[in-house]
Amino acid sequence: MAVPEHDPLTGYKTTGHEWDGITELTTPIPSWWVTVFLASCFVAVLYMWLFPSFATTGGYYRGSLGWSSRGDLVDDVAAGRAAQATWRSALVATPIEAIEANEDLRRFATTGGRAAFGQNCAPCHGVGAGGQIGQFPALVDDDWLWGGTIADIYQTIRFGIRSGHEEARDSAMPAFGELISAQEIDAVARFVLALSDPTTLASRQQMPGAPIYATNCAACHGAAGEGGRDFGAPRLNDAIWLYGGTLEDVRKQIVVPRMGMMPAFTTRLDDETIRMLSVYVHTLGGGER
Amino acid sequence: MASNQTEPKGHAIIERSTTLLFVLTLFVILIGGLVEIVPLFKVQETVRPVPGMRRYTPLEQIGRNVYTREGCYTCHSQQIRPFRDEVERYGHYSVAAESMYDHPFLWGSKRTGPDLARVGAKYSNAWHVAHMIDPRSVVPVSIMPAYAFLMNKPVDPEQFGAHMEALRKVGVPYTQEMVDRAADDIRAQASGEDADAMLERYPKAKLGDFDGQPDRLTEMDALIAYLQVLGTLAELPPIDTKVEARP
Ligand code: HEC
Ligand code: HEC
Ligand code: HEC
Repeated sequence: MAVPEHDPLTGYKTTGHEWDGITELTTPIPSWWVTVFLASCFVAVLYMWLFPSFATTGGYYRGSLGWSSRGDLVDDVAAGRAAQATWRSALVATPIEAIEANEDLRRFATTGGRAAFGQNCAPCHGVGAGGQIGQFPALVDDDWLWGGTIADIYQTIRFGIRSGHEEARDSAMPAFGELISAQEIDAVARFVLALSDPTTLASRQQMPGAPIYATNCAACHGAAGEGGRDFGAPRLNDAIWLYGGTLEDVRKQIVVPRMGMMPAFTTRLDDETIRMLSVYVHTLGGGER
Repeated sequence: MASNQTEPKGHAIIERSTTLLFVLTLFVILIGGLVEIVPLFKVQETVRPVPGMRRYTPLEQIGRNVYTREGCYTCHSQQIRPFRDEVERYGHYSVAAESMYDHPFLWGSKRTGPDLARVGAKYSNAWHVAHMIDPRSVVPVSIMPAYAFLMNKPVDPEQFGAHMEALRKVGVPYTQEMVDRAADDIRAQASGEDADAMLERYPKAKLGDFDGQPDRLTEMDALIAYLQVLGTLAELPPIDTKVEARP
């Protein structure tokens, strides 16, 4: 049985198949669809030609535009630097002590410094640099371990503290647990606590801990517990404690001292950012002139 | 069932011959296969080597396994993308060579927490310990889970050589010496003692007690040893070096 080439109702061609009297139309694809399809193919080929698209024997095809996301980045970073160029070069050209005297430069530095502080320092020193008792010092007060002038702060941030960097601030309090008896440790711990208690002013030198302190501790912490910045030894005659001010805390520090470690940031941040951070920290409240 | 009298034309030729249909189908699939597979053979040439990269030390690799097991990659990526905001925050964008010893790689695709590709040397060991035991103790707003139990999970240095052997089978080029000395290297890194031979095998490895428990070797030691090495090995040119001028 011959199947009609054309369907009498629609006038379109049939496939020429017939199953139990049912035939199938080969309705052509609408021309708008074919146009869009061919245009898409064209765009795809164009795209492959313009942009990096396929592996070749010697690497990959780089595209006729020579575009790369890494190249874009170089331009983006350069544009960002250029927008801040005046301020950034002024930051580096001005001696660090003189930055704050320039009102505009100080504003630029503290704004940038605050942002960098949030990303790099806040996890340890706390948002707003309030410190974390028992671990990380506050930077908003005027109680400094290593020094609170802007040059001191700049150095601390660049090289860190016990960071392993060759120029890092470094010192180690001896572990007295192996050097003096438990009794002596207890006595000297009580003496340390008395240093910040004004009611013991007259009697404190008679305490059994006093001579132990004079022999073992005064070289770093000072005869009256005023601290020693050359060693980063904290003041012991105030109420600000790095590792806690209870008898137990102090005893623990004497037996096995915890030595705080802060990473060096020269390897991570550029000099401009470190200067901004220095200005930010210095202007938080406790900065020394 | 009726058949057409006329000779088949066009696609009807293919439709009516099983063999032809099979051969042509195979041909079309092969094109797709080649496009996907050929680049794999060229990986060696595509990954540009970077000075400084080395295999993970056994202790770091144990830490890496803990990282994988605990699913840290579900919240942390290890992949800095080449965008200005990312490089300003995290540092140089990640390059392929930095993952060349990763089996499996842990790039991740979700950032509930920050990217960790360059977290090495950003914090002290003491900070990591405090943060892993209770993230809220150092970052009050953190939503990261606590992993305090790692402080009590011992690591057995003796068993790890076999694991390195297995890694070697999937493509990490550990030498026989590295496999044989695994236990010694783990102890040397975690104690900092007699570490010269180990440092020769794995330059720039961080040494010492990581978890603040010098008398014990725990998974916390291993995890922190791993975190502290992330992003510290590759020696990359400054970010604004022109692409063409890169090695
Ligand atoms: C891993 C934690 C950590 C990070 C991150 C950190 N610090 Fe510190 N920082 C410390 C510790 C611990 C000390 C105290 C060290 C000691 O005990 O002597 C310290 C001390 C300091 C000091 C000296 C304080 C003094 O009294 O002399 C300054 C200044 C400082 N940090 C600034 C910063 C800045 C700015 C950043 C960010 C760029 C930063 N820190 C990041 C842990 C950290
Ligand atoms: C070599 C110098 C050195 C000697 C000697 C020394 N210390 Fe220290 N001490 C330090 C340093 C440095 C720190 C700060 C540790 C840190 O920043 O992490 C410190 C910290 C402390 C603290 C913690 C202070 C706080 O704010 O929490 C106490 C308490 C203390 N020392 C007591 C003593 C006593 C008591 C002795 C003598 C038995 C002594 N130290 C001997 C250097 C020394
Ligand atoms: C539920 C999601 C989640 C999981 C799972 C998770 N983290 Fe986090 N992580 C966070 C968040 C959110 C932060 C940011 C807040 C903070 O510092 O705690 C973070 C921060 C960190 C940081 C500090 C990064 C920086 O640059 O400040 C480290 C390191 C880290 N996580 C390691 C880990 C490790 C290791 C694991 C697996 C054992 C892990 N995280 C699992 C959510 C997570």
